[in-house]
Amino acid sequence: MTTTAPTEAPPRPASKPVTRPGDRIFVGLSRGAGVLLLLIMAAIAAFLAVRSAHAISGDHGNFLTTFDWNPQLDPPVFGIAVLLYGTVVSSVIAMVIAVPVAIGIALFISHYAPRRLAAPLAYIVDLLAAVPSIVYGLWGALYLVPHLQGLTSWLDTYFGWTVVFDQSDKGVVARSLFTVGVLLAIMILPIITNVSREVFRQVPKAQEEAALALGATRWEVVRMSVLPFARSGIISASMLGLGRALGETMAVATVLSSSSVLSAHILDPNGGTFAQNIASKFGEATAFGRDALIASGLVLFVITLLVNGAARLIIARRSEYSGADA
Amino acid sequence: MSETVTGRPLEARPLAPSPLVHRRLPAWGPAAIAATAIALGVVIGLAADLSSHVQWGLIALVLFVAGTYVVTARVEGRRQAKDRVATSMVWACFVVAVIPLYSLVETTIAKGGGALDGTFLTHSMAGVLDNDKGGGVYHAIIGTLEQVGLASLIAVPIGLLTAVYLVEYGRGALATAVTFFVDVMTGIPSIVSGLFVYAFWIQVLKFGYSGFAGALALTILMIPIVVRSTEEMLKLVPNELREASLALGVPKWRTILKVVLPTSLGGVLTGVVLAVARIAGETAPILLLVFGNQYINTDPFHGPQSSLPYFIYEQYVLGTDQSYARAWGAALVLIAFVMVLNLVARLIARWKAPQK
Repeated sequence: MTTTAPTEAPPRPASKPVTRPGDRIFVGLSRGAGVLLLLIMAAIAAFLAVRSAHAISGDHGNFLTTFDWNPQLDPPVFGIAVLLYGTVVSSVIAMVIAVPVAIGIALFISHYAPRRLAAPLAYIVDLLAAVPSIVYGLWGALYLVPHLQGLTSWLDTYFGWTVVFDQSDKGVVARSLFTVGVLLAIMILPIITNVSREVFRQVPKAQEEAALALGATRWEVVRMSVLPFARSGIISASMLGLGRALGETMAVATVLSSSSVLSAHILDPNGGTFAQNIASKFGEATAFGRDALIASGLVLFVITLLVNGAARLIIARRSEYSGADA
Repeated sequence: MSETVTGRPLEARPLAPSPLVHRRLPAWGPAAIAATAIALGVVIGLAADLSSHVQWGLIALVLFVAGTYVVTARVEGRRQAKDRVATSMVWACFVVAVIPLYSLVETTIAKGGGALDGTFLTHSMAGVLDNDKGGGVYHAIIGTLEQVGLASLIAVPIGLLTAVYLVEYGRGALATAVTFFVDVMTGIPSIVSGLFVYAFWIQVLKFGYSGFAGALALTILMIPIVVRSTEEMLKLVPNELREASLALGVPKWRTILKVVLPTSLGGVLTGVVLAVARIAGETAPILLLVFGNQYINTDPFHGPQSSLPYFIYEQYVLGTDQSYARAWGAALVLIAFVMVLNLVARLIARWKAPQK
């Protein structure tokens, strides 16, 4: 401004901005939505806790160590030992398979694929994420199970001595925790890939170029500048994938032939997971049985809460990455 | 550069081995190794009488990686060999990931295409026995549309307002808490949200099974997705636009409604459509809360309904050839629905993309 005001404006109390009714309503609405969200979370925890307390107090077995799930009996006996074991084992198998492959795909898209291919390839990975889990379940049960039988028999023949890969019943249908793990691995590939890719893209170009200028091969660039930079991102991406694998319901419910047997032989059709147990027992359960299922759901809720919370905290420490796409 | 100093032409320079130039594998080298590996894989497969062609492929792959390493290590040196092995591993990872997607889409189209016809899309399962051919998904499509529509009606306003709060107003402890719990909420397993709505809506409030109960559970799953994507989009709106509007004396709420939201409309819509696509495939809450129905029930507030994902599970559990065919048909319809939504989202994103 070249012109100067001839008279100074009368000093106003600047600390008190004008608030209009519209503003107040709008702030109230948007803050209300945020508070509602917190209330929903609190309500989920509260309602599940109340029903679970009712169920666990009526349990005549030990809720943590009982193998069977018989809340309909008198007295009711049920426990989560088999479910906890099955959930953890299938998720661990999924992680062991999915994490290296997902890092490979993310590297492929960010560093190896020809430029013009990278965008369509990323889109294909997104499509993999968009397929509904029940379709994975249907495909897993009707296509993957018969096609994995060769692999499980082979593992049994050559690696049966490790106990883990031993099949008590040779050549049995592959509706086991192992198959569930393979299917879960396919399902969590996209989320781990997407988050890792996002982190790989943020590696400072100068670091990579410095390594190249020193004569490093592409693999050495990846190993010395990309992977160390992205380590925390990869960890949190994996934990987000783990959270999804832990809570997956339909794919497990269709593939697994469940039982209340806790077995170290992961190729045997045994065991169960929290979500699968709820989905398959809920329909026929009594009122008390449903409370029991809610109790197991609460355990699942707490586990996924811890895993996801930890993943988000790791991401949050890297302020430059928001984790928005996850 | 000695050439320029001595002024000798480049052609005359003898090809003396320089410490800066290494021998390289010729361009056809990898292709030759691959061809040899595949040929050996086929030979070994035939010789050992392996029936599975996957095993042939695996043998060829192992031979290719080993061959690449050995040949490159001899010609180019260790480090180059490691580099080439890493490259082939990364390529292999990608191929490994594409195989299941291809197989899934191919199987669904091949098996679902057979079941798909005019009757399938326009009839319900009323009076169709497990072993009967025919029947359809009309009732399931109605259920899915109503449940997803209701869930979106509730979740989108709440999600948008929460995102506006976080970006435009959010300061202090409340905003931090909301941000954290939105993140945590994205990780809630769908079955847990179903259990919560069951305990709250059906056990305590004594409502019956209905499409609306399912929609409530879907709402819980949808809100965090909408909040996250909207928040990202609102953050992209340049602050200059807000300041320009405020400087003209426009109230903040009108600034948000008339400047911030229209600017980010494309991105926000894209996020909403993707969220709809995500929840349209949810089965677990429907299983607990909507309970399934063979007949057409157009009223989402009273009585059990069906939905596409539920229909797939129901028909799978029946376990007859005819019901499997119906399950594949419904899976094809569901995948087509989700893919169309994804396509729409991308088109919106392109249509509303900021002009450069």
